[in-house]
Amino acid sequence: MIGSPDVVAFTKEDDFGELFPDPCVLPEEFSVPLFTHAANPWTKTAYAKFSKDFILISEFSEQVGPQPLLTIPDDSKVCGTFDLNYFSLRIMSVDYQASFVGHPPGSSYPKLNFVEDSKVVLGDSKEGAFAYVHHLTLYDLEARGFVRPFCIAYISADERKIMQQFQKLSSEFSKASECLKSGNRKAFANELLKKLKDLEYTRSVLHKESELQKMNNGCYSTQAIEKANELANMEKSIYEHKDLLRQITSYPSRKRKDPECVAYEPEKPTDMTDVNLALSSTPSELEDKTVSGDEANDRLSYTPQLIKARSAKCFDKRLKTLEELCETTFFQHTMEQLKFIERSFRGDLCYMYTSQIDRALVRRQQITNFLFEEEEDWQEDGLTKRFEAAGPPAVNQPPSASDMLAEPMSLESYSSCVDTIQIKPEPEFVEGPPESSPSDFTQETSEEAADTETKGSFSSDRSIEPVSPGNLQMQYQDTEVVGMSSSSEECTTLADNAFLDQCEADPSSALYETPSVQTGTDRAVHTFPLLENDLDMNATDVYQTGSVQVDTACCMGQEGFIHEEPLPKPLRGGCGDMVVKQEPLSLLQRDPSLQGDYVLGEPALESPSTALSLPELNSNTLSEEMARINVEDASDTTSYMSTSTSSDRAPSPFCHGNPVTLKQKKRAGQSALRFIRQYPFAQQAIFCLLTGRTLVVLGAEEGTVRKLVNALSIFVPNLGKYGETVQPWLSTPFQLTDLQRWKLIGLQRMASPTESSILHSLIRYSRYIGILDADNKTMRCPPYKGALLGHMADHRTQIKRGSTYFLHVQSMLTQLTAKAFLFTFCHHFHLPLSSAEDEESVVTHRTSFLHHLGYTEEESKIVHFLSELIKQHYIQGPSKGTSQSVLRFNYTTSYLYKI
Amino acid sequence: MLRWILGGREAQGVVEKNSVLFSGEEQPKNCFTELQVLKGHFDIVRYLVQIDDFRFASAGDDGLVLVWNVETGERLLELRGHTQQITALVPYTITQEDMTHTSLITASSDRSVSLWDPDTGNRVQTVSDLQSSVKCLLVLSWHNIWLSGGNGLCVWSSGFQLLSKTEQHSDTGVTAMVELPRNYVAAAVDREIIIYELKVSSTESDVSITAFRHLANHQDSIRALINVSDKLFASGSHIGELIIWDSVEWTIHADDQIALEDLHYDGPLEIRLASQKQSDMSIQHLVSDGELVVAAVGSGLYVYNVQKKCMVACRKLAHDSDILHTKLLSQSKLMSCSEDGSVKMWELQEPLLLAEPTTAGFFGMWSFGRPNKQGPSPKRFPEAPGLKTLELMGDLIGHSGAVQMFLNFGERGLVTCSTDHLLIVWRDGERQSHLRGLELFQKLEENQGLS
Repeated sequence: MIGSPDVVAFTKEDDFGELFPDPCVLPEEFSVPLFTHAANPWTKTAYAKFSKDFILISEFSEQVGPQPLLTIPDDSKVCGTFDLNYFSLRIMSVDYQASFVGHPPGSSYPKLNFVEDSKVVLGDSKEGAFAYVHHLTLYDLEARGFVRPFCIAYISADERKIMQQFQKLSSEFSKASECLKSGNRKAFANELLKKLKDLEYTRSVLHKESELQKMNNGCYSTQAIEKANELANMEKSIYEHKDLLRQITSYPSRKRKDPECVAYEPEKPTDMTDVNLALSSTPSELEDKTVSGDEANDRLSYTPQLIKARSAKCFDKRLKTLEELCETTFFQHTMEQLKFIERSFRGDLCYMYTSQIDRALVRRQQITNFLFEEEEDWQEDGLTKRFEAAGPPAVNQPPSASDMLAEPMSLESYSSCVDTIQIKPEPEFVEGPPESSPSDFTQETSEEAADTETKGSFSSDRSIEPVSPGNLQMQYQDTEVVGMSSSSEECTTLADNAFLDQCEADPSSALYETPSVQTGTDRAVHTFPLLENDLDMNATDVYQTGSVQVDTACCMGQEGFIHEEPLPKPLRGGCGDMVVKQEPLSLLQRDPSLQGDYVLGEPALESPSTALSLPELNSNTLSEEMARINVEDASDTTSYMSTSTSSDRAPSPFCHGNPVTLKQKKRAGQSALRFIRQYPFAQQAIFCLLTGRTLVVLGAEEGTVRKLVNALSIFVPNLGKYGETVQPWLSTPFQLTDLQRWKLIGLQRMASPTESSILHSLIRYSRYIGILDADNKTMRCPPYKGALLGHMADHRTQIKRGSTYFLHVQSMLTQLTAKAFLFTFCHHFHLPLSSAEDEESVVTHRTSFLHHLGYTEEESKIVHFLSELIKQHYIQGPSKGTSQSVLRFNYTTSYLYKI
Repeated sequence: MLRWILGGREAQGVVEKNSVLFSGEEQPKNCFTELQVLKGHFDIVRYLVQIDDFRFASAGDDGLVLVWNVETGERLLELRGHTQQITALVPYTITQEDMTHTSLITASSDRSVSLWDPDTGNRVQTVSDLQSSVKCLLVLSWHNIWLSGGNGLCVWSSGFQLLSKTEQHSDTGVTAMVELPRNYVAAAVDREIIIYELKVSSTESDVSITAFRHLANHQDSIRALINVSDKLFASGSHIGELIIWDSVEWTIHADDQIALEDLHYDGPLEIRLASQKQSDMSIQHLVSDGELVVAAVGSGLYVYNVQKKCMVACRKLAHDSDILHTKLLSQSKLMSCSEDGSVKMWELQEPLLLAEPTTAGFFGMWSFGRPNKQGPSPKRFPEAPGLKTLELMGDLIGHSGAVQMFLNFGERGLVTCSTDHLLIVWRDGERQSHLRGLELFQKLEENQGLS
């Protein structure tokens, strides 16, 4: 074969003579440059001047031209050396909005033009930046033509990402923009009302003056005529403003007919009686003066001001900031939305695809996903629901009609919150988890402390909040407490987590102190306390928002990349310091190299299946986050090395009462990995959990027990949104009903009188439970001899990362779930096919099916248990949550396993 | 290095196959593999009464009567009205033109008796301000009257009209009543059994009751009084005397003394265990199927054959504590519940050579674990070679307090009530799984497939 012509044909003629000089050296054409571990293979930003995607809000200021206002995340590191001013100029120069406002021909007074936002894709290969640009127009009474053009841009180094996510970006930004505009309309209407009051007041003053002058000087004196003119002007001005007010207040009713439009007004933009009053007053008694701005923030008791004769020069006046242009709450809401967008589009495109498909598929498995999928993936909070309002999200498909028609969830939840909140404020904070035993709160000092911390920070947070007298404001604030994406809640959870972090970081904290046998390898773990803390902080980021994290599911060495940036500060303090930091560039400096402005519609042409090309390898661009990946990798490996010791990082306790996030589960994956390496009877423990036998982790030390519970929690079927089926720490004897609702219990072993009662309950209910003794490292449970769980919990596994292991477990559990689904819904496993068949043959069908699947008797029990859960869930519907009305068990002998 | 560690650990980590075998945990004949806890009571639940095939009522010290569906565990009704603990609960079935309707009669320490409709939850009738609280109730269905036993005996019509009453007895009062043939009623009053004669006029409007005979054979207060068959009834006392009485013959021979001595059995069957304290010998409960009489004596179970007049089987330590209720399920199967919080299922078996008693599932893995109180195999009575053994088929452990009573619904399940304020429905897991399967496919059909 060596001499066959085929082979020769592939060889270069020149090299023919010296074929394979050294068999060990690869031919040059096959050699691939070694991948330098320093480089992040997923980053597209190697040649861009910014390190990651960000959102930029720019304005075309009538005073200074295009200027960047703020970026999300608000971190100078993100933008790097990227010239925001220049890019603002670029993006503002492609405004295709027909935002004509002014005096249209044929009408004598200004007419507001409710223009649609324009959506544009813009690329700048030189800068390595591609952007989705969303132009919108806000109204400002003091601005030229009453309009302020703004744009929000999503800037990424990955052109493909922008193109292929165009529809999603567009719909997300439309919502954010709509929120901004709603707030703006409201603010504009308020401003108009105030202005009208000013005008009316001025008119009355002028009227009096002119009457006076008429009395003094006669009707036809120069002053009198002047005054009369002024009065007439004033009258005209009032008329114009009233018309503007009518236009702006009539907007919602007009727009709401449009299904695509998101109406964000929870109530009328302003007090409608005010508006009506203002509009109905007839312009009969007149006085006059020209228009100038006056600003007073006090909305309730507004004292009209006399309007000055001359308007200020255009460049003298201070233009309103974006926050002033909208209501503060609307502004903050928009910022939340934008942050959410930033988060949900974070990461690599390929990864985004995968997770989008993943989510879409999970959502379709409504019957079984309660078992092992974290709940929020398929029962999301408002923000995420908006994200994909209707139907499965088709990757890169034009939005379907149902998509368009779908009422966004956040509005509903929003207004309902407004309704309910007055009755019962702060429900989230007052109440504990619905099913928690008192034990976890009475004995658990850390959580208690965290709780009070929460409350404390909550109240302090409120005091920070600008106190506005407006009724609406207050409602809004409350609403935000309830809503998931509120800045105030974010703050509190932040504080909460910071506290927990503190606990974790503090080595003297007895609660989380881990028994660590100091070995050589062990020390390696402890050299990264900062990193750990940092990671915790970043976990906070994920956990506090409670929304689906696109980025979190990544196991491709991206975690560091994702979490490298610190939490964006809540934009509470207003945007005063974010406005215009640099001199604006002239609009006229239009770059000739400006190439390829993609306009709406075009991106659909691009195929989504375009292969991803490897980014240029550039070892010089070793950025911080890449280094961190390696560090994390190293730490992971180190912990792998030190499995024989009991050293662990601080346990990440289950946060009671908060939704279990994927992130938490992944961190639990790390503990689980450690668990299966340390305990040879891990399979038995997992078997207990998967067959619905409550597993009690008994130990004297809370940290150890909690850690074990946390590790094992990823195997608990039907964990519940808040982890209701797990009780991480219990120090009172448990009851039979507890076994019904908790499938995993951490139980305190105490040297006190209560011990006997606890042990009594253990002995009494021993037939229903498996007991993992964390102190003696023993396990008492029914035996498991199959091979299936061996794959799931192989203590010699080569998996090194917790998240990878978690995904491995998840995939195996998904397989099990699929089989349980099949088992549950196959008709002839439960009912006779024909009348000729009897019950016995049905049982035969059933057993032979499980046999064909290769399941042993014990593994069949797992399928049976999952099947029962599916049945119950299907019959009762998801509303019942995790509550199980019955406890199933079987009478099997337990064995005692030791290490 | 790594390999070495793993290898070392693997050697260590060999599962101990020789660990303790908890033989009591394997219960192949115990079909109750699913339980449901029913909450609703706030105090000890003492009484369970079956209303029909799927409904039952529970009552206890909180004065509440709750009506439940045994299949779903759903609480159907809450009958409120009594202010103190319920002392007696009986079903009252009226048959009219092939229609049977079951009501409930409750008696309470608040000295009132009420009639409830378990369909509507209405308190149909009530009598209050009785002279004493009623301790037992007896319904005589063919006369459509009922009796209440407190310090005295009262006869009531179905409309809760007092028809007749006897003189007051001592403080102890009537603790149990059974119906005897020919309009006689036997009532246990402390150490005596009093036979009452009911005289019902033809119109049934005039009923009188008179004490007819006093049977004072028991040495201590009578704890249990049951009908064995049409011809026999049995009583058991606090010190363990079991007397089987002829319920027909003694009326024919109207001789008191003879009747008393003319027992079917030579003297009371007394079981005394020297090592046990007196209460351990108390006959707490008697149950019979006409042929066998099961006596719960302290924490032991004794099975007596009334035809052969001999003891068939016994187990002196059937439970860890006093047995409170027993039930014969079939000729060979019986069930008992006890203060130790467990329900045990027994089977009468011919003695096997190697018959070892199964032990309850205690395990001594911790030194502080309870000592194994289970004694060795019961002493066989050498004088009774035909003695069968009572083999433990399974036990139900769930309650954390004494199991006061249980109610068997056959394949629908078993309901137990306890001092821990709970009721537990025990069901056959296989059957329930099958039923859920059927329900699933029914819903699937309604939904027209998986949507």
